Amino acid sequence: MNRTEKSKENLAGYLFILPNLLGFAFFILLPLVFSLILVFTEWDYLKGFEGLSFTGLANIKRALHDEMIYKALKHNLIFSVASVPSAMVIGLLFASVLNKFVYMKSLIRTLIFLPYMSSLVAIAVVWRVMYHSSEGPINAFLKSIGIAHPPGWLASPDWALSAIIIMTVWTYIGYAMVLYLAGLQGVPKELYEAADIDGASGTKRFLSITVPLLKPTSFLIMVTLVIMSFQAFAQVQIMTNGGPMNVTNVLALYIYTQAFEFRDMSYGATVSWVLFVVIFAVTMIQWRTQKKWQNQW
Amino acid sequence: MAKSMVAHVNGSIGRPRHRGGTAKVAITVLFLIIGLLMVLPFLWMLSASFKNAAEIFRYPVQWIPAKWDLYNYRKVWLEGVPFSVFYWNSIKITFLQVAGTLVTSSLAGFAFAKLQFKFKEAIFLVYLSTMIIPHQVLFVPRFIMFDQLGLVNNHLGIILPGMITVLGTFLMRQFFSTLPNELLEAAKVDGAGYWRMYWQLSLPLTLPALVTLLILAFTWHWNEYENPLILLRDRHLFTIPIGLRSFMDENGTNYPLIMAASCSALVPLILIVSICQRWFVEGIASTGLKG
Repeated sequence: MNRTEKSKENLAGYLFILPNLLGFAFFILLPLVFSLILVFTEWDYLKGFEGLSFTGLANIKRALHDEMIYKALKHNLIFSVASVPSAMVIGLLFASVLNKFVYMKSLIRTLIFLPYMSSLVAIAVVWRVMYHSSEGPINAFLKSIGIAHPPGWLASPDWALSAIIIMTVWTYIGYAMVLYLAGLQGVPKELYEAADIDGASGTKRFLSITVPLLKPTSFLIMVTLVIMSFQAFAQVQIMTNGGPMNVTNVLALYIYTQAFEFRDMSYGATVSWVLFVVIFAVTMIQWRTQKKWQNQW
Repeated sequence: MAKSMVAHVNGSIGRPRHRGGTAKVAITVLFLIIGLLMVLPFLWMLSASFKNAAEIFRYPVQWIPAKWDLYNYRKVWLEGVPFSVFYWNSIKITFLQVAGTLVTSSLAGFAFAKLQFKFKEAIFLVYLSTMIIPHQVLFVPRFIMFDQLGLVNNHLGIILPGMITVLGTFLMRQFFSTLPNELLEAAKVDGAGYWRMYWQLSLPLTLPALVTLLILAFTWHWNEYENPLILLRDRHLFTIPIGLRSFMDENGTNYPLIMAASCSALVPLILIVSICQRWFVEGIASTGLKG
């Protein structure tokens, strides 16, 4: 390749990425840098850029002593630990049955998949009404099967977080199922035939062939759902807005309230970096343990 | 997909203990019931939207309303800032975001996969490293920047950032990488320019990838909540999710009305997803990405 051709290709390359690169630089890279700067400043948003004053580590110190952050983090952890495994187990069960043992596979798949594809806002609005503690259909049903004092759901500090988690699991199941169905396509049939000859039972085959072979799929689902659950926002904001008594406040909601309700932009940005650190750490831990996981079988 | 289906069928015929007949019918029925339970909240929403305040919480639930009263829908679609405005805004914004994503991702994806230019690897690495950063980090700085530029309470403030995505760029790069280099080398010998290599040779071959990206970009943007919530203030600019939200806030405990609004927001989406379910399922399964 000669020189002119090389510089031609150089130019072409840059022209091809130009629209993308401009957008990336302006809407992602620049805000990222600006966000980092905000962490070390106090911003009086009414004064424009002149309202920006350097405050050193004040925001970080405040965040380290902010009990609400620890509380929100705890809620995020509970949210994640409760919702991700349950959605994965149910999704895997559904997928393995759907893969072989039913007629009308695509109809059933669609029914289970619909909650995931729907607008989370609309879903949260509907569940909020269904969870109505004195009159809602969920408690009316519970009373009719003999539970005299059903939970107060969203109105109760003991149940509000669980109520949101249950609704969220309902949306995650479809995602896990669809990915497991795709993963099952890659399980070689010969393995099952060999197991048949050995006389392995259905459950044993499932546990000793299907589950181990789906490990890469499980890992992908786990990582994605954990990240998703740490960013949970719409359902919480609509169903409880963090209440009652902050028992459902999560990090994404706390960022939003600090920045856009209290107009404390710098602190909102600081908490958003806390969220980044948490998600980064959790994802790294999963990558690390994945290796051990992989060798165990 | 088709291939694996064939393999699947052959596999089950060859197996000594294949299930069929009554057991399979029974499991099908069981899973139809499970499927029905999964969509039960939608069915409840639908039936509640035709009721009035006195009927909505009556138990046992009257799944088929005594009369199909359209009063709630009339209020949702004809009064105040009607839902049709939210729909128009959502359609306009999503269309431009998706179209922009397809253009910028495929152009850059092609260059990252097939062209040699200075700092290519470095630029791509910077792209990738931003993928782990949650979008919440961008909300505050973007709001301040857009505020200074007059992009707050302006559709452009949502459309423009929605036109590029790192994930989309990454996906398109992966797809373009699967095309054989010999194809482009041959075109080069024939004197084709880079644009022709992209537009006439490569792009038609990545059509399935473009469809996947289209589906994904649609699911990313159609239900988008946080960006419009932060950036839009006037009701006539609202998209469906925040329009519904404002509707809920204003109508407090008028639950049937709120259910009619939720139905208005959800039913068209549910129909589209059901009709094109194969595309949505494959789009998400093939990339493993969140909608």
